[in-house]
Amino acid sequence: MIKLVFFASLREELGCGSLEIEFNQPLRLSALIKQLEEKKGTRWGKVLASESVKIAINKEIVVNDELLSDGCEVAFLPPVTGG
Amino acid sequence: MGFKVLIQTEAIDLGKEHGLLQDSGGSVGAIATFFGTVRDFNETRKIESISIEHYSGMTESELKKILNEARARWKISAGTVIHRVGELHVGEGIVFVGTASSHRKDAFQSCEFIMDYLKTNAPLWKKERHDEGEDWVSSKESDQIFASSWEKGSH
Repeated sequence: MIKLVFFASLREELGCGSLEIEFNQPLRLSALIKQLEEKKGTRWGKVLASESVKIAINKEIVVNDELLSDGCEVAFLPPVTGG
Repeated sequence: MGFKVLIQTEAIDLGKEHGLLQDSGGSVGAIATFFGTVRDFNETRKIESISIEHYSGMTESELKKILNEARARWKISAGTVIHRVGELHVGEGIVFVGTASSHRKDAFQSCEFIMDYLKTNAPLWKKERHDEGEDWVSSKESDQIFASSWEKGSH
């Protein structure tokens, strides 16, 4: 199982705070986004692949097309605005 | 020696936090603090309140990384970062950053550095409520410029 979490404006745009997907075989981030696009619609692909969106795996920001493992948590983060 | 990061819904007790920094050791000769509060306007509107969202676990760890980076760059003997989440009204405190050092430059600069990096790196999101609804706040390019200025060693 891979847990996906979406924050703030992304959550509202997608109408989804979190979801779990079955883990069948190791897959890369780009493949995950493609899978979501196929299942949920092109808007998901567009929103999640946006340059301003940062991705964290197990609460660490990643910049490359990482390989995802079973049990990991993938978070999609819009630009931060704290302070 | 005390370094801490807190995410909380409760108000920030400024007197207590300042006292803890002041009492953090005999070598402390300077304390710099920043306190951010909710203002009643943005670029275009009057703001009634804000709400702040975070990513539990990651927000804390990112803030700790920033605090550790400040410890590596300046001689600070104590540092505190407190960020509130949830619903906040105009005039209420949002964020407190305080650093203690033997000398003022280390205290001033580390405090400013922590705030600049918090603005661009900590997973926190602000939503503003106004008379016509509510909007997520957009990130500002100026914040990126402030943060990257520390990379160039211009300070």
